[in-house]
Amino acid sequence: MSNLLLLVPVALLLGLSGLAAFFWALKGGQFDDAEGAAARILIDDEGPVA
Amino acid sequence: MAQTLAPVAPAAALHTMLAVPGMHCAGCMSKVERVLGAVPGVAAARVNLSARMVRVEHDGSITDRALVAALEDVGFAAQPRREALVRPHSAVRPLLAPLAVAGFAAMNVMLLSVSIWSGADGATRDLFHWISALIGVPAIAYAGQPFFRSAWGALRKRSTNMDVPISIGVVIATGLSLYETMRGGEHAWFDGALMLLAFLLAGRVLDAMMRDRARAGVDALMAQAAQGAMVVAADGTLSWVISQNLRAGMVMRVAVGERLAADGEIVAGASSFDQSLLTGESAPVSLLRGDTALAGTLNLGAPVDVRVSHTGHDTTLAEIARLMEASTQNRSRYVRIADRAARLYAPAVHTLAALTVIGWLVAGASFYTALVTGVAVLIITCPCALGLAVPVAQVVASGSMMRAGIMVKDGSALERLAGVDRALLDKTGTLTLGRPVPDPVALAALTDDEAAVALALASHSRHPLSRALADALSLRGIAAAAVEAVEERTGEGVFACWNGQPVALRRPEAGAGSAAVLVIGDAPARAISFADRLRPDAAAALAHLRRMGISSSILSGDKVEAVAQIARETGLTAQANARPAEKQDAVSRLRAGGANVLMVGDGLNDGPALAAANASMAPGSASEVGLQAADMVFVGETLLALPRAVVAARRTMAVVRQNFVLAIGYNLLAVPLAMAGLVTPLVAAAAMSASSLLVVANSLRLANATRLGAAR
Repeated sequence: MSNLLLLVPVALLLGLSGLAAFFWALKGGQFDDAEGAAARILIDDEGPVA
Repeated sequence: MAQTLAPVAPAAALHTMLAVPGMHCAGCMSKVERVLGAVPGVAAARVNLSARMVRVEHDGSITDRALVAALEDVGFAAQPRREALVRPHSAVRPLLAPLAVAGFAAMNVMLLSVSIWSGADGATRDLFHWISALIGVPAIAYAGQPFFRSAWGALRKRSTNMDVPISIGVVIATGLSLYETMRGGEHAWFDGALMLLAFLLAGRVLDAMMRDRARAGVDALMAQAAQGAMVVAADGTLSWVISQNLRAGMVMRVAVGERLAADGEIVAGASSFDQSLLTGESAPVSLLRGDTALAGTLNLGAPVDVRVSHTGHDTTLAEIARLMEASTQNRSRYVRIADRAARLYAPAVHTLAALTVIGWLVAGASFYTALVTGVAVLIITCPCALGLAVPVAQVVASGSMMRAGIMVKDGSALERLAGVDRALLDKTGTLTLGRPVPDPVALAALTDDEAAVALALASHSRHPLSRALADALSLRGIAAAAVEAVEERTGEGVFACWNGQPVALRRPEAGAGSAAVLVIGDAPARAISFADRLRPDAAAALAHLRRMGISSSILSGDKVEAVAQIARETGLTAQANARPAEKQDAVSRLRAGGANVLMVGDGLNDGPALAAANASMAPGSASEVGLQAADMVFVGETLLALPRAVVAARRTMAVVRQNFVLAIGYNLLAVPLAMAGLVTPLVAAAAMSASSLLVVANSLRLANATRLGAAR
């Protein structure tokens, strides 16, 4: 049972860091334009102005 | 701004938001960003595709007009939006954080619960219960807020909605679990309560995302409808003023093809105006010096100077706004199907829970056992699937409709649209395209050379007729001829030189109506007449509506002759010359007669009727008032959007009803178990997820909801 004392806090900490990362992304505006982000991957960086 | 002399990194101190409704794909996005980035003085341009907006960072040397012109050159219509610097209100963002918290907490608590279910007991179980409580109680207090607030709001008004049984279930489950944890009991229900919140929040986030996307689309269309004017100052200088900043007494110079941004008196020039958005009348009206021109009308003839007499929501709009307000209140009385279900559901389950407690007491159980069993009934009946039944079905259906070009602005619109059995259609701009289209017979009669010259001339002018002609000829695959010495004479036409002979596209010398005359050298002149035409597929769309049991008729503000012709072409009955209040009356009369009315219209004059009808739709080309008043907006030219929307709404309601049956069927199975005291947290968790997944899976069948043909 003593290993639980270590594993439970570790599991919680990992979960909390995930949650913190999500809040950081939310605050940074990464969810403001989901549609655009999906389309942006298709854009070529190089090439002449169309 | 102060660093204009700095050699590196010119200060991009200003930024401008442009609404660009025409962007749809990655290609458009990169084109817009690159074109704007190439404008000298622009530091950066970034597209927000969801909102159809571009944020441009630039220095002080650039005007909004230059940016709009740069986009126009590559074929994107754009409008600057100053006020949108404030972040638009989003329904999704306030729900994302609660969803994340509920999801995180549910996963962790579930992990602990699984170990308890698989046999942990004694001190380990107590420890796990305590950790669950430490995670669960704050998480529930935070993530449950959207539900608690809505439930409290309903209770204060002495009504009930779906959030009331949800809140009661969650609060009681949490309270009982906390009590059990403190006395070292066997069962805690934190996992169930958190999972319920996570499921329901996920449903609502999806719902809000759909609503946000629809609203962004409509906002972009509205930015296109809203405008400003070129104002002539006393010293003759010109400056662009947006509508909100126009004041009485200013003089606007209105170019051909522009819409007036405010009411006013013509102080110089004379022209013909298209008032169809305002009155529904399709024939242009001639106005001379001293006449009053109204906001929203389109200048067709020659440039005029107009002194602003009223702005914004004065005069012309005032009566329409007042009529609309009254109608909107009328509609807000509609009770959504989920809330109607909750009115029956909540008393039923709360009575059952009370009966359970009494039953166990009568049977001789201890007060504690009776109470715990009663609470178990409340927890198991907590309407997880019921809470998902409506939003998930609507999300899937709205997504399908958005792909078909129909934006659903209002959540209850699909419910109201499903019951519609009568349709009233405006003529100008709704049944018809609302803009002049060149006579196809006249176009077909042109020789290739003539067509090429006509296209070359038309493309040099911004006159609405020229643009319509250029569009139609381009669609026929005609390439423009090479013409020289092009000159546009205002109010007369476009003149040029082709193969050494003079050519012209000019207004006809005599006769009313919209027409253009093509002259090439000494050859006989070709007259091309323009008329507003029925939308493509209008007949098919009306036939679909008829087959669905919806009888349609025309309700127009235009003159009898114009309406009669369209009525003949479509075979519908029609009412002509209807003023805004009369349109609204017509809708109210039908509703009083027991019909469920769908109003489809685009103009200012349709606003009151759109607001008064059971459900309303507007084409994307509609006036700002039309876009605002309508529940749904369809983009594109085809009128098939109408039957598509009705079919989707009816299918959605069918699926919603199936979802209710599934959710209630689950309760019929689970409640007897709970009343018998056999429900453990494990059973509750399994039953809740299974019923939710079933409801979601059933709703996914709506992915092709707009398909026509197999309609019932």
